[in-house]
Amino acid sequence: MIIDILSSILLLVGAALGIVGGIGIHRFPDFYTRLHAIGITDTLSALMILLGLALQAGWSIAAFKLAMIFVFLFFTSPTASHALAYAAQHSGLKPKLDQK
Amino acid sequence: MNLTLLPDLLLAGMLIGLAWAVLNSDDLRRGVVLFIAFGLLLAIVWARLLAPDLALAEAAIGAGLSGALLLVALRDGSGGDQRSAKRSTLNRWLIDLFVLVMTCLIGWVLWLTIYAEPVERLAQLANAMLERSGVSNPVTAVLLNYRAYDTLLELVVVLAAVLGVLVVGRERRGYREPGPVFHGLVHWLVPLLIVTAGYLLWVGAHAPGGAFQAGATLAAAGIVLRLAGYDAAGLPDGRLLRWLLVAGTGVFLLLGLGMTVSGGGFLQYPEAWSGSLILVIEVAATASIAAALVLAYRGGRSDGWLLVDEKDKNREISS
Repeated sequence: MIIDILSSILLLVGAALGIVGGIGIHRFPDFYTRLHAIGITDTLSALMILLGLALQAGWSIAAFKLAMIFVFLFFTSPTASHALAYAAQHSGLKPKLDQK
Repeated sequence: MNLTLLPDLLLAGMLIGLAWAVLNSDDLRRGVVLFIAFGLLLAIVWARLLAPDLALAEAAIGAGLSGALLLVALRDGSGGDQRSAKRSTLNRWLIDLFVLVMTCLIGWVLWLTIYAEPVERLAQLANAMLERSGVSNPVTAVLLNYRAYDTLLELVVVLAAVLGVLVVGRERRGYREPGPVFHGLVHWLVPLLIVTAGYLLWVGAHAPGGAFQAGATLAAAGIVLRLAGYDAAGLPDGRLLRWLLVAGTGVFLLLGLGMTVSGGGFLQYPEAWSGSLILVIEVAATASIAAALVLAYRGGRSDGWLLVDEKDKNREISS
């Protein structure tokens, strides 16, 4: 029972963070800020959802697989964000600054 | 309405929407990115249809490698697509009409298939003979035993395609040096991909996996290497590369001919040996598929390709 409540909270928060990230990608003004929004979806949202699912799975091979997925995401998504930002900076894309 | 149908309907709707967006996007770059997303979604649909083999192949080859090849082509080309703007109204109407007719046809066929009289499906036949095929995964049994002929021809197609790539010309330069973070990732991602490929190859005998999936995974390792600035992308040069490219087709053909000589039909495995023979063919096919895909990504001959022997060298100089 407690596990069910805990996992549904985690899943809901994860889904909410995913939606927030999605809104961010649409609404943020330039490339670098959008990258920041993707970061939320990639790491915290994915972590919450995977944790929620792992709680549902209990101590099983499925939980182990979820853990492996998390480790994989933990390494690849920051690298992807970094590679994107690096490439953008390298090709001369300037961040959009407040112009008043 | 059945509520469990809702996610599937959503998936199907998104698939159609994405396909439409891919075809309709004016920007080629956006089209390619949407195409990759389309491939990933299609992989999920295959998984929902209980076809994990196809899901694996679609994710690795359809979304991953095709997407990478399209992105490379985009980089080499001019980038913009000016011609699309000049499409005439008549043309557009014809395309719309064609799509409508095709949709009706496909829908009709689907209707027929769903509501047809139950007949003996091929899947039942494949499962019935599974014990004699040497493997316990029906998909692998179909690919490499019942229909080995088809798979042989598929390998020939891959070989022909890569020969075409080689004829086109020299390879393009790799990407520039990536950042240190990506380097760190490459150092553990590439070994992981190689191990995964080996696992997929081995597990193909009794679970989803097999030569094409393993080959695509190996090729992904090659592409990651190439993106990290290793221009050879893990491929050898010269004679070894040539052997690698023809290994799959060659081993397949030789084994088939050997069976003909020893009394059976072409590619009719002796029952006791079929398991090991299939494994041998799959190993060779994996190496060839991976080499072919990476070479296609590299986009042509490398400098080392011609340095096989003096004769070739002279021929190249004189031409």
